[in-house]
Amino acid sequence: MSLPEEFRTFFSLNGSILYWLFVGPLHGQPIRLSAVFQQMVRIGVQAFPMTTLTSLSIGLTLAMQGAQELSRMGASSYVPNLVAVTILRELGPLLVGVVVIGRSGSAVTAELGTMKVGEEIEALEVMAINPVRFLVVPRFLAMLIMLPVLTVFGNYIGMAGGWTICHFTLDMNTAAYIQRLLEAGHPMDLYSGIIKSFVFAWLIILISCQAGLGVSGGAEGVGQATTSSVVTSILAMLVANAILTALFFFL
Amino acid sequence: MSGPVIEVRDLVRKFGPRTVLDGVSFSVNKGDTMIIMGGSGCGKSTLLRHIIGAMKPTSGSIKLFGEEITTMPQTKLEQLRLRFGMNFQFGALLQSLTVGENVALPLVENSTVDPEIVDLIVKMKLELVGLTGFENLKPAEISGGMRKRVGLARAVALDPELLFSDEPTSGLDPIMTAVIDRLTLDLTRKLDMTAVVVTHDMTSAFRIGTTMIMLGAGKRAGTIIAQGTPDEIRNHRDPEVQQFIKGEPDGPVPLKLSPEDYIDRLLGHPRQKGVDY
Repeated sequence: MSLPEEFRTFFSLNGSILYWLFVGPLHGQPIRLSAVFQQMVRIGVQAFPMTTLTSLSIGLTLAMQGAQELSRMGASSYVPNLVAVTILRELGPLLVGVVVIGRSGSAVTAELGTMKVGEEIEALEVMAINPVRFLVVPRFLAMLIMLPVLTVFGNYIGMAGGWTICHFTLDMNTAAYIQRLLEAGHPMDLYSGIIKSFVFAWLIILISCQAGLGVSGGAEGVGQATTSSVVTSILAMLVANAILTALFFFL
Repeated sequence: MSGPVIEVRDLVRKFGPRTVLDGVSFSVNKGDTMIIMGGSGCGKSTLLRHIIGAMKPTSGSIKLFGEEITTMPQTKLEQLRLRFGMNFQFGALLQSLTVGENVALPLVENSTVDPEIVDLIVKMKLELVGLTGFENLKPAEISGGMRKRVGLARAVALDPELLFSDEPTSGLDPIMTAVIDRLTLDLTRKLDMTAVVVTHDMTSAFRIGTTMIMLGAGKRAGTIIAQGTPDEIRNHRDPEVQQFIKGEPDGPVPLKLSPEDYIDRLLGHPRQKGVDY
C-alpha cells in the first residue's frame, strides 16, 4: 500500500474505533468489557516483569552516569533530581513504550494477521459482527488504560533503581533521597509523561491493529506485517515524543 | 415472500486484466439447494464471496431476498447478514475461543438470548453435526473435518433462512459426508431453508442438489456452461460437463498436451523451424 493510502486507512480506522466506542453502544452494540479486561491482562499485566527490569536498569545506569559526572563538580547530591526529571519526562514513557511495542504491539499484529489469513475476520463480518468492535476496540481500550499505568509503575521502579545507587555508593539516606525527588519532580513532569504515554498508546495500538488487519499472503505476510508494525510504531513514537517535548518546552 | 431468494444478473469480476467471473446469471428459489460445481480455480469461491457481499463486483447485480446488495450501505448489509449463515471451507473458527463459544458467538453477539438458552442451543447444534461433548476444546485440538462441522453448526446457530456452504464435505469420511448431506436435506426440505453449496463431491451433489450450475474451465472460465436440475445435468450434452461429473482424467479438459505443445511450453516460445527437438 502506498503512503497516502496507509494514512487514509489509519484515519478511517480511527473513525470506526470512535464510532464503536461512542455511537455503537447507543444502538445496542455494547463494548465487550470482558474482552477489554482479557486484553488488559495480555497487553499490560503480563508486561510488568519486563517493564520492571527495563526501568530498574535505566534508573541504575542513569544514577551511575549522573553520579560520575556530577561528583566532578561536587554536585552529586543532585543525582535524585536528574533521575526524577529524566525518568518522569522522557525515559519512563519512552522505554515503557518500547517494551510494550516489542511484546504487546507485535503480538496484536501477529494475532490479527493470523486471524485475517485464517478467514476468521471474514467469518466475523459474515456473522454481522464488526471486526473493529469485536477485536480492535477491546485492544484499543486495554492499551489506552494499561500503557499509562505501566508508565507510572515504571517511573517508581526507575526511581527505586536510582535509590540503590544513591543509598549504597553515595551514602545518601533514604529520607533525603525521597525529599530530593519530591523537590525536583513537579507534578507537571509527571503529567507530561502520562500525556505522552496516552499518545504513545494510541499510536502503538492503531499501528499494530492496522498492520494486522491489512495482512495478505499467508505466514510470510504475517511476519512482514509484524516487522513493519514494530518499526512504524517505534518511529511514530519517537516523532511524537519530539513534538510533545517541544510543546511542553515552549508552553 | 415471492420471487427468488438469490438473483444474480450479468455478474462480472475482474482482478486486474484477468476476468474471473464473466457474465454469470442465475437465480435460486426458496427451499432450493443449489450446487455450484466447477474445477479448481474456476471462480466458485469468488462467486460465493460476491453473493455474501464480501467482495464487490466489477459490474452486474446481486439481489438477496429481493434487495440489491452491491450498492447497499454496510449497516444494511449487516442487517441482511443476520438472515444467512456461511460455512467456510476450512471452518474459519476463532482460534482463541472454544468450540462451544464459537457456535455461541452469533447468538451472544446478535441476539438477546438468555445464557442458559444459548448453552442449550449450542448443545443442540453440536448434536446435529455429531460433536456432542467437544464444547470445551479449542479448534486447534480437533481435526480438520471436525472443525468444518463446527463451522456448519455455527452457520446454522441463528436458524438462518439461507445457508452458504463452501465444500462442506471435502476431507470428511463417507459416513460423516452422509450425515452432513442428511443435515442439509433436513434443513432445506423440512425447514424450507435455502442452501447454496459449493462442492467437488459428485455423490453428495446429486444427493442434495435441486438445481445445479457448473462453471467452465480454460477458455470458458468464469462463465456458466451448464445449468439445470440434477437430471438435466446428468444428461447434459456438453462433454466438459460429462467429464466432470464422471470424473474422467482426460477429455475436453486435457490431462496431457500433445508432444509439440509440450515442447512449446517448456521452451516458453514456439519451436523454431528446421530445428530438431
